[in-house]
Amino acid sequence: MTDLRPGTAERTGKNSRATPPPRRRLGSFLGRVDTKWSPYLFVAPFFVIFGIFGLFPLVYTAWVSLHQWSMGGSGTFIGFENYVELFDDPDFWNATINTLGMLVLATVPQLLIALVLASLLNQGLRKLTFLRVGVLLPIVTSVAAIGIVFSQIYDRDAGMVNGMLGLIGVDAVDWRADKWSSWIAISTMVNWRWTGYNALIYLAAMQSVPRDLYEAAIVDGASRIRQFWNITVPMIRPAIIFTVIISTIAGMQLFTEPLIFGQGSYAISGGSLRQFQTLSMYMFEKAFRDFDYGYGSAVAWMIFVLIMLLALINFLIMRKGK
Amino acid sequence: MRKSPVLIYGTLIAAIVLSAFPLYWLFVVATRTNDVVGDWPPPLLPGDNLGDNITRLFAAEQANFLTGLINSAIASVVVTVSVVFFSSLAGFAFAKLKFRGRNALLVIILATMMIPVQMGIIPLYMIMVELGWQNELEAVIVPFLVSAFGVFLMRQYAERAVPDELLEAARVDGCSTFRIYWTVVLPALRPGAAVLGLFTFMATWNEFLWPLAVLEADNPTVQFSLSQLSTTYYTDYTLMFTGALIATLPLLLVFILFGKQIVGGIMEGAVKA
Repeated sequence: MTDLRPGTAERTGKNSRATPPPRRRLGSFLGRVDTKWSPYLFVAPFFVIFGIFGLFPLVYTAWVSLHQWSMGGSGTFIGFENYVELFDDPDFWNATINTLGMLVLATVPQLLIALVLASLLNQGLRKLTFLRVGVLLPIVTSVAAIGIVFSQIYDRDAGMVNGMLGLIGVDAVDWRADKWSSWIAISTMVNWRWTGYNALIYLAAMQSVPRDLYEAAIVDGASRIRQFWNITVPMIRPAIIFTVIISTIAGMQLFTEPLIFGQGSYAISGGSLRQFQTLSMYMFEKAFRDFDYGYGSAVAWMIFVLIMLLALINFLIMRKGK
Repeated sequence: MRKSPVLIYGTLIAAIVLSAFPLYWLFVVATRTNDVVGDWPPPLLPGDNLGDNITRLFAAEQANFLTGLINSAIASVVVTVSVVFFSSLAGFAFAKLKFRGRNALLVIILATMMIPVQMGIIPLYMIMVELGWQNELEAVIVPFLVSAFGVFLMRQYAERAVPDELLEAARVDGCSTFRIYWTVVLPALRPGAAVLGLFTFMATWNEFLWPLAVLEADNPTVQFSLSQLSTTYYTDYTLMFTGALIATLPLLLVFILFGKQIVGGIMEGAVKA
């Protein structure tokens, strides 16, 4: 190990050979200081930076939300007025419904398809690595880039989706114009991006399910579908809970896809009638376009409350189903 | 077990095709001229107009695409190196060193992992104004130099990958704690650090909401400048696609080089979860 410590060897070589005992005493003192304080030194950078730029803003958002606070200077304390206003604000409720609607449209098919894909990948076929890498391709793309691609694919005049609908005799859909159509278009992007990732998580969980469970089921004459619902799904429950919660948190923060989808001057309001404005977009609009920081912070806190509520509901449903 | 390989392979190949198609389409349109966009049937082979499109892209004044690329490259590299270093350092301390308050501090990290960062985005913006970092690259770098998720991941990894005997042996040999980290722990953590590094790079490169809040159009990140393209040139799909292609290339490159490790990392993390 001495070869790993050239620095020490050099330093000690100069003046310490003549007086070994003090050096050793000094050395052991330094050693004690080192073992006692190094751990704090190692975790300190994290807590300093995270404290200033992560934790403090998070807590301070609550404080700002109790103020009438616009650009420059400090705000006027108004208590819960922002929240009272928020509950009467149709745009806020519209954004809430849009967010929840797209959350459902994006998460449910995503996780179901991922389950099917994972169980197919779990059949022990050849060329698995290639397939695994293939389904992961979407998450390494730039979100904004893929937003642009899907915006074009769903274009009213130039888009491929309308082209294909034309083939089966369906009239062109103006995907940006209505709630349901824009929700579907935006959810497709989310589904496309995350299905493979979830499939890999399920696959990892499925691979740790003991084989003899399936063998016993086969002896009992259980069909593959029965095996899937009665063995696989219950055995990978923790992985399912994990993906549901992660997708819910991500879905509640949906921002980039709808923003890019709504090109032009109405981008941040999610279309001319706010048909696909999400809560994150609404928060952004209030804080960084209208410079109403207090109101924006109240929206941020409502997003947080909704996330916690949904996580709790997910958790309870999952536990009840056990 | 009975299997029907044709059906299984068929479904999986369909999944791969669907995964890859938007990226292929990105490439096709980026290499063509604007007048073919919207043709039916759509052109399925690349054209030869990529060079022209790239020239036009970098000349598009409102987008500042080159600035965006450089900014994102600097931010992504600096943030990645920093997150890997500080996360492995703190992860090692939490996994292997004993100190008062360790568990309480770890609980704080775990709790904050659940809370989305953008909840604090308005005060964060105020801090940036105070620091004079509005429209500066520091604004998209400094707040992200550490990561709670990174610390957690590295701690999990260190618990398994670093044997206590090795640490004791190094200690007996007189290594300082930092030297133990540098010569013993860090090499053992390399596979986990690689996965963390890849994810951090991708996340920083993809960051959108925060740059949009704190930067201006004259000093954008790459995703920001892409959004400028889509608002300013919203009919010019080839230009937007060319920008989107270039913005995706670094990520694809990373993926081609490290795809297997990424897959392995996700699956390993999943089993632990």
